[in-house]
Amino acid sequence: MAKQPQQHQDPDTTGHKWDGDLEEFNNPLPKWWVWIFYLTIIWGIWYTIAYPAWPGIKSATAGYLGFSTRAQVAEEIAEVETANAAITEKLASVELASISGDAELNSFALNAGEAVFNTWCVQCHGREGRGFVGYPTLSDDDWLWGGTMEDIHFTVTHGIRNEDDPEGEARYSEMPAFGVDELLEEEQVDQVVNFVMSLSGDAQDPAKVAAGAVVYEENCAACHMEDGSGDRAQGAPNLKDAIWLYGGDFASIKETVWNSRYGAMPNWNTRLSEAEIRAVATYVHQLGGGE
Amino acid sequence: MGNYIKLIVFGVIVLLALIAASYARDVAYMVNALEVALVAAVAFIWILRRTDEPVKKVDLSGEYMDGPIRIGVALTAFWGVVGFLVGVIIAFQLAFPQLNFEWAQGYLNFGRLRPLHTSAVIFAFGGTALITTSFYIVQRTSAARLWGGNLAWFVFWGYQLVILLAATGYLLGATHGKEYAEPEWYVDWWLTIVWVAYLLVFVGTIMKRKEPHIYVANWFLLSFIITVAMLHVVNNLAIPVSFFGSKSVQVFSGVQDAMTQWWYGHNAVGFFLTAGFLGMMYYFVPKQAERPVFSYKLSIIHFWALIFIYIWAGPHHLHYTALPDWASTLGMVFSVVLWMPSWGGMINGLMTLSGAWDKLRTDPVIRMMVISIGFYGMSTFEGPMMSIRAVNSLSHYTDWTIGHVHSGALGWNGMITFGALYFLVPKLWNRERLYSLSLVSWHFWLATIGIILYAAAMWVTGIMEGLMWREVDANGFLVNSFADTVAAKFPMYVVRGTGGLLFLTGAIIMCYNLWMTVKRSPAVEATNHMVPAE
Ligand code: HEC
Ligand code: HEC
Repeated sequence: MAKQPQQHQDPDTTGHKWDGDLEEFNNPLPKWWVWIFYLTIIWGIWYTIAYPAWPGIKSATAGYLGFSTRAQVAEEIAEVETANAAITEKLASVELASISGDAELNSFALNAGEAVFNTWCVQCHGREGRGFVGYPTLSDDDWLWGGTMEDIHFTVTHGIRNEDDPEGEARYSEMPAFGVDELLEEEQVDQVVNFVMSLSGDAQDPAKVAAGAVVYEENCAACHMEDGSGDRAQGAPNLKDAIWLYGGDFASIKETVWNSRYGAMPNWNTRLSEAEIRAVATYVHQLGGGE
Repeated sequence: MGNYIKLIVFGVIVLLALIAASYARDVAYMVNALEVALVAAVAFIWILRRTDEPVKKVDLSGEYMDGPIRIGVALTAFWGVVGFLVGVIIAFQLAFPQLNFEWAQGYLNFGRLRPLHTSAVIFAFGGTALITTSFYIVQRTSAARLWGGNLAWFVFWGYQLVILLAATGYLLGATHGKEYAEPEWYVDWWLTIVWVAYLLVFVGTIMKRKEPHIYVANWFLLSFIITVAMLHVVNNLAIPVSFFGSKSVQVFSGVQDAMTQWWYGHNAVGFFLTAGFLGMMYYFVPKQAERPVFSYKLSIIHFWALIFIYIWAGPHHLHYTALPDWASTLGMVFSVVLWMPSWGGMINGLMTLSGAWDKLRTDPVIRMMVISIGFYGMSTFEGPMMSIRAVNSLSHYTDWTIGHVHSGALGWNGMITFGALYFLVPKLWNRERLYSLSLVSWHFWLATIGIILYAAAMWVTGIMEGLMWREVDANGFLVNSFADTVAAKFPMYVVRGTGGLLFLTGAIIMCYNLWMTVKRSPAVEATNHMVPAE
């Protein structure tokens, strides 16, 4: 291929030629390129003297600045912890009920609690404790296990239906699986589901409600109470309030009665400090439904 | 006679693969075994139909072997479109999680499609492009036909089989779980065989070259082939749980495994996506510009500096992890020193155009190549910067990394490959010119705007995310939950997906243009005879 005439003078090529017209100029290295390259090398040598870098047999050079990433993180954490030491200590030791009365302590606990909640709890309980199916809403006043500071603190500390709590104090109860374990006939289950729905004013089939009341009386009242108001000692939900943990339509309730649910929450005492647990309990308590 | 041996070999493979399929311990393995059986059966029938037919003896030794290259060009374009399409899908899956359909769980959800996308673009699109163009370049610059006869065909189809096995394996859940090294043990073994054959063909061709010197593109391509072989073997050391199952257990564990993985991962970028594609650049840019390479000296110095320094930079992927600080420092220092050696390629590419800048106005193919070099320069500056520990503590685990990868992958690798395809198709099919230069311009603008939307969106979300993660209140408590950052990214995710869509559209336009070039452009006389330049 013919080369177009060039306005400026082309430098010499190396004289090698490939594939008809492939050639290379013999231009020198660009000065700025060489200099920046040298500079990065010199900087690199300095950097490896200043920071941990060259490996030996057993250990590596530590660098004269004494830098370490782990130390850096530990330092940053220690800084915050020192700054908060006094108030954290106070939070961990005062009467639970008195936290909300102390404005400074309360605002500290709320901030800390929100951070803990957003790190450890949102995955299950949702933003600001709004909840999901199977994961209770924490911002309303409908409590499974109780909504006082003491109740919440205990629930968070030991968790629910887990085997991991070192003190073995996890909240525990188990609703029987009436269907799979053949405690009730399917017909009875349908009846009692109708009755349960009628408790919150959503009767499906009035004919079955009466029969369901009998089944309820015999099988359910011990936990959910005669009137369906639930029992916090057993974490048995209130069935009258039209607030549903697992859904309030016929199919969902039948699923609950047939298979039972066994909702579980980890114990937090092995993951969080006492101050953090108190902080998050304060946060949850003040989300809207605290008692 | 030869055909009978081949028939026996393929027959035995079909049989063994069927036996393996019947003993299979998992679906992925069974499907992979059936695929092997099918491929071998097709080869068997194909050979059978040609056996005992009279063959015309023609002397091909004076002609370049362009068969695999032609198919390679078509498949490169095909895999490109597939890879970009899957990319667009997963981009929208991130923006709209509902697109992880319930019925497709376990097959087409984000987790399964993501490795499919990365492998499709890097290994199917990029890998096929590299094999194809390297076969073209090494023949032209050696003035020699590919060494090893049909071995080149073996390399070509063998590599396509790797892609097929890997892709179906991912969807069915067979994976090493190592980024960019997901294929399971038997695919790794097969790739090793194919890769050694590739090395033989390439080196064999260089050995029998009729030119006194080895052209610079070939140094880069050779370093790419050799290093990838080494990386692949070491990072995939694993012991199969059973010969009839896809699962295998890694030899390394813990931080050693992480280090090996990122030594591999980083150098996959360094040697596959950088050295290999620089090889492409060094041939196609001077060819298209019809100008000599800017500086021979620079090419030598930056080549050796690049391959020496790149190999040590991997630890920058593991800052602030269980990796010891010394390794992380070295990774960072080597990454920063790598800046100028990387830019050597950019200078050589761009300056090759000095004296031909006017072509930027007239030739959209050159424009494509130039912007690709521009993106190369940008990402090879961004990379060293992100490897600095302080920057990395902000950028790591955020979308900034994704943006960085894509300005390199879409901008540099994608655009230079498109340029090469536009160069190759008229040559390989003996056409006078491309069907439409204005379609090339369309492709250029769609792709460029697509990349800019993509990269800009990811810079915004990346930096925002990094800042949100570390935001603390006056007492030192974290302010945001992870889900807050996900929610905040939504608009930018839509922008990113849109950018991908534009890029994909450009690629589809390219396919049409190339197809029409083959169909419609005026023909010229064949030019695949060897002419050693004196
Ligand atoms: C793995 C999911 C999960 C995580 C994480 C989790 N929880 Fe729970 N939590 C549950 C479930 C499930 C229940 C309801 C169990 C039941 O049926 O009684 C529950 C119940 C509770 C209750 C009792 C609600 C009531 O009505 O009595 C409180 C309080 C609570 N969680 C607080 C927290 C806090 C604070 C955190 C974070 C430190 C947290 N949870 C993290 C799953 C979780
Ligand atoms: C041993 C105590 C116990 C008995 C008996 C019992 N339940 Fe329950 N029930 C529970 C507990 C505890 C829960 C909380 C669910 C869980 O396990 O996470 C519950 C949950 C439920 C719920 C779900 C409420 C919601 O908000 O979604 C329904 C409905 C229900 N029970 C109905 C019944 C009916 C009907 C019977 C009788 C056939 C019955 N229960 C018997 C303890 C009991």
